Amino acid sequence: MGRRIAATLRRTAIHAVPTVLGIIVLDFLLLQLMPGDAADVIASESGVATAESMAMLRQHFGLDQPVLTQLMNFLGHLAQFNLGFSPRYNMPVVDLILQRLPGTLMLMVTALAFALIIGIAVGSVMAAWAGRWPDRILSVVVLLFYSMPGFWVGLMAIVLFSVKLGWLPSDGDMTVGAGLTGWAMIADRLRHLVLPALALASFFVAVYARLTRASMLEVQRQDFMRTAQAKGLHPFLIQLRHALRNALVPVTTVAGMHLGNLLGGAVVVETLFGWPGMGRLALEAVLARDFSTLLGVLLLSSFLVIVANMLIDLLHAWLDPRIGAA
Amino acid sequence: MSLLTVDRLSVAFPGHTAVREASFSIAAGETLALVGESGCGKSITAFSVMRLLPSNARIASGRILLDGIDLLSLSEPEMREVRGAKVSLIQQEPMTSLNPVLSIGLQITEVIRRHERLSRKAARARAIELLDLVRIPDAHRRIDDHPHNLSGGMRQRVMIAMAVACRPKLLIADEPTTALDVTTQAQVLDLLDDLRRRLGMAVLLITHDLGVVAQWADRIAVMYAGRIVEEAGIEPFFAQPMHPYSRGLLGARVDVDADEHYSTNRLSEIPGSVGSAAGEAGCSFAPRCPVAESACRQAVPSLLALQDDRAVACPVTIAHEGGPHGAARR
Repeated sequence: MGRRIAATLRRTAIHAVPTVLGIIVLDFLLLQLMPGDAADVIASESGVATAESMAMLRQHFGLDQPVLTQLMNFLGHLAQFNLGFSPRYNMPVVDLILQRLPGTLMLMVTALAFALIIGIAVGSVMAAWAGRWPDRILSVVVLLFYSMPGFWVGLMAIVLFSVKLGWLPSDGDMTVGAGLTGWAMIADRLRHLVLPALALASFFVAVYARLTRASMLEVQRQDFMRTAQAKGLHPFLIQLRHALRNALVPVTTVAGMHLGNLLGGAVVVETLFGWPGMGRLALEAVLARDFSTLLGVLLLSSFLVIVANMLIDLLHAWLDPRIGAA
Repeated sequence: MSLLTVDRLSVAFPGHTAVREASFSIAAGETLALVGESGCGKSITAFSVMRLLPSNARIASGRILLDGIDLLSLSEPEMREVRGAKVSLIQQEPMTSLNPVLSIGLQITEVIRRHERLSRKAARARAIELLDLVRIPDAHRRIDDHPHNLSGGMRQRVMIAMAVACRPKLLIADEPTTALDVTTQAQVLDLLDDLRRRLGMAVLLITHDLGVVAQWADRIAVMYAGRIVEEAGIEPFFAQPMHPYSRGLLGARVDVDADEHYSTNRLSEIPGSVGSAAGEAGCSFAPRCPVAESACRQAVPSLLALQDDRAVACPVTIAHEGGPHGAARR
């Protein structure tokens, strides 16, 4: 088991290097296609820019260099673990990202956990009652979540739970100025987390529920299910131990691929809920043409996806012992 | 008294009846071979005994008595006490009948712990003993293996270990060797026979391989199109099959001892196909039968005793042999 985990990790790490390099270069070149740069934005905001001051700004941030030189500079800094300096926020990109990273991580992990737990539970219930009324009703609900965009679900959740019912806060990641400590602070944070995480998870709940239902039904036809019944096991145990474990393999595969989408969805949801995360940082960086910050966010996002995929690979190897045995 | 009595069992699927009024019995410690071609209802008959039919099938009529208890009258929780403890099942495909994601140790111990109050540790020790019993080398190391680490023959041995774990009185083996190669087949059947003697189990052996039947069964029941057409001891059956279908089956066999492997004569075959009697009244074998008379197409012949422990569902044969033996047996 230990050796298999090590092998999986090593393989993933080796695959990660060219992936990350490709992502950086591609992102950098794509960003060059955007009209305007940081100097334009700063100049237009100050309102009194002259051609000389703009040229000075460009020279200061290295924006007057040829594209290839800029790329080489960026890669050179990166090799020294230096993500560069943000012209917009006037601080090192690393510090900027590290401020926002915990918020995004927390949102992503919570949303993914919500999506997997609710999705698998709903899917199992649907499969167990396939074709009967619990399945029909849940199918409709799941279809709704599948077709509604996350931001709309989020808006409606704000209207219902924050505005009408007043149960949950709708803005930010903590109550500002409350000065809470200890358990009260954790509870406050969690209350702020619920709505954005649910809004982000809603679409994926639908995906996992449908997938779990399909693969649970697929497993029922297998011979080993009859073997389990022939042992006199309780149907609940058969479903839990024999069916679900097999059905989870495709679900985790898809969950791994969804992490990137989840990060993309975070941009919208973070903006909607005023959540201080990387998604919002990325959006602000795009608007300010703050390419070094944006590249940093993109780089870190790709790292997150790669690490998450590594975790999924490990989970896979644990779920299905046939994987990684070859 | 016999251990298992199946009495006029009929199993219906939507649109057709897979098993029609099948009756047979198995004595304790005996091996009964249930023989027939694919689709004749032999597996469905076997699954009925465990009440593990596909969800669209239902038992239309009949009784299944195990040790005098009617299994069809038991509630589902009561039936779960029977499955795995008194009756157990070995399926055809060892590749797919073990759960690929669970270790074989877990799959064996779960049936032990389901039916007996044993600690995790004691159950594991029992599982290792069982793997030893089915002659898996290095059992204490193999127990944590997953099915994909094992060969087909080994997997079927694990299935056997699982099936005999709680010392059932009846073991149902549904074509246990069909998926294995010939040398492994003999080993697995030898093992089954050995365990049957040692544990005093009865075996219901479902197969379409008459060679297997001749070597390992005590009695044989021949099924055709959902009905049992002949029931006999092994020696009398192979010496003189009574039902025209049985005679056809034995005639279509390649007999190695008679040098038929090297002859250029055509093998005999049974003309027509199973479907030929679809929708017709009377004996379902009549359209293919060389001795059929017009009466055969009128009424379904019932299984009548011909001699002691020998029954056949063919009025022509019975008349030829001098009438039924004593009163109608069933």
